[in-house]
Amino acid sequence: MVYLLWKDLTACEWITGSQRVLTGVSFLTFDINYRNMVFQDFENKFQDKIDNEIKIEPKDWMPESYRKTNLRQISQHAHSEVVGMLPEGNWIGRAPSLKRKAILLAKVQDEAGHGLYLYSAAETLGMSREEMTDDLHSGKAKYSSIFNYPTLTWADIGAIGWLVDGAAIMNQVMLTRTSYGPYARAMVRICKEESFHQRQGFESLLVLSKGTKEQRTMCQDAINRWWWPALMMFGPQDSESQHSEQSMKWKIKRKSNDELRQNFIDMIAEQIKTLGMKLPDPDLKWNEERKHYDFGEINWDAFWQVVKGNGPCNKQRLDARRKAHEEGQWIREAAMAYAEKKMKQNNY
Amino acid sequence: MSKHLTDFILHLADSTLILGQRNGEWCGHGPVLEQDIAITNITLDLIGQARSLYQYAAKLINEVSKLSESEVPPAEGFKAASEDTLAYLRTEREFKNFLLVEQPNSDWGQTILRQFLFSTWQYYLYQQLKEKGSDTTLAAIAEKSLKEISYHVRWSGEWVIRLGDGTAESKKRMAHAIQELWPYTGELFLPAPYEKVAEVDFDKLKPAWFKKVSDVFNEATLLVPQHVYMHTGGKTGTHTEHLGYMLAELQYMQRSFPGCEW
Ligand SMILES: [Fe+2]
Ligand SMILES: [Fe+2]
Repeated sequence: MVYLLWKDLTACEWITGSQRVLTGVSFLTFDINYRNMVFQDFENKFQDKIDNEIKIEPKDWMPESYRKTNLRQISQHAHSEVVGMLPEGNWIGRAPSLKRKAILLAKVQDEAGHGLYLYSAAETLGMSREEMTDDLHSGKAKYSSIFNYPTLTWADIGAIGWLVDGAAIMNQVMLTRTSYGPYARAMVRICKEESFHQRQGFESLLVLSKGTKEQRTMCQDAINRWWWPALMMFGPQDSESQHSEQSMKWKIKRKSNDELRQNFIDMIAEQIKTLGMKLPDPDLKWNEERKHYDFGEINWDAFWQVVKGNGPCNKQRLDARRKAHEEGQWIREAAMAYAEKKMKQNNY
Repeated sequence: MSKHLTDFILHLADSTLILGQRNGEWCGHGPVLEQDIAITNITLDLIGQARSLYQYAAKLINEVSKLSESEVPPAEGFKAASEDTLAYLRTEREFKNFLLVEQPNSDWGQTILRQFLFSTWQYYLYQQLKEKGSDTTLAAIAEKSLKEISYHVRWSGEWVIRLGDGTAESKKRMAHAIQELWPYTGELFLPAPYEKVAEVDFDKLKPAWFKKVSDVFNEATLLVPQHVYMHTGGKTGTHTEHLGYMLAELQYMQRSFPGCEW
């Protein structure tokens, strides 16, 4: 439907364009003005809606770069949910109790569901799930770098729930109010499940923190390894972030990377007291003046290395996704062939 | 309490858990996202059923005053038997699952076929347990599980049909999967010593299973194998080499860190 409206607009441009051809150079300035007027009108109405907190819907006119930004962000988000199944899936076979196994299976399954909602939301912007998946597999599309770290012990599963889902929630609660309707609505559903994941993760670490010396060591070690990557999930500092300003104006984002990161740190710095563990940052300290926790410097070089593909598991994660897709090929083909066969039979 | 009854329950629990453990390997690696979710749903059901059965077995074991009578004493560090001591602290010679469910995953066709063969067996057996109702706890577990199992039979049966009657390649793969798994289906109907008291009517079970499987294979344009040698032993603890590795993975945490809470 987006395309229909786009065609309308392009039709306007075509008319002015052909007039230009017919009437010669003297009309050129007028035509450009006319074109700009049309655009300006659409854009003003669009920004008005945003300013008045009216959601943008798939059928509505939107600037091309708004569409692209949303499509990039939502599809990246969808890919992250799906790739995110892998590090946690790594412990399904070894979960230490049947109850934990069931909880973990249900959690990873939830993430698959999140992937589905998000692919559907992204599809409303005119790209098919297949194309998006192809972009993931070719490396053209990105996913959250956090999933390029390995899950080495059972405690990592708790740490991911608490810190990674916790960081995701900060971002996603904000996104329940994002300006693109389908994305905002997908987020409402997803947020409920994510906060459940975070509580489960925390509770799982709490058990470890009250356990044997080995369990406590395992718990602290997992926190040490996941803390900094979790902080990096909010993206580069505001001063370095390319997309932030326009995204704020369009209310795709409502809080900056640094703001969200600070909120997260303030939350976790309090929650960790209950665990009796430590965050691996000697500079972490409450700042009475700012009413926030101060924290140490983030190693952005490490962050960019992982983004570039040099994280410990980048290759492994993509290979696993590609393999699942390739090995699924004959199954998808057979399902399609069977459905077509049945359709024909029913028509006769 | 009869030891036979506990063994029978453990046999049901082990088969369900081990199939769940195999299916769990698919999570995150399914052929499409929707089916990844579907197989994980089934896995969750299987783990849930296994838990109910182990809990019941643990209760029976703990009720026995003379623990020496039980093959499964509460393990060291545990005050009593529990779903987790039973799942995590028994050895490959004590596990009583079918050989069918411990077979390694190959392709999706084999996985859904194994599910179909197993779920169909489960469906008719649990019907019996529910209807006889001589053991009320077991009847209740069966009744609750049957709702899930009916769906598993339908879902996996539909996949058998879809892949059997899909493309030439999918048909070839399904025929291969049948060849691989069929030799493990004889055991489903071979009574173990502990089953004589469990009142399973094998004379009714086998034809019901066979009819359902044949009907689905028929619709899938797949052939039912004839005169196949059947491997047995799983129900009485003589397994294929695969189970040891599965238990090494399944039990890794409980073995490495004995007696911990998780
Ligand atoms: Fe999620
Ligand atoms: Fe989550």
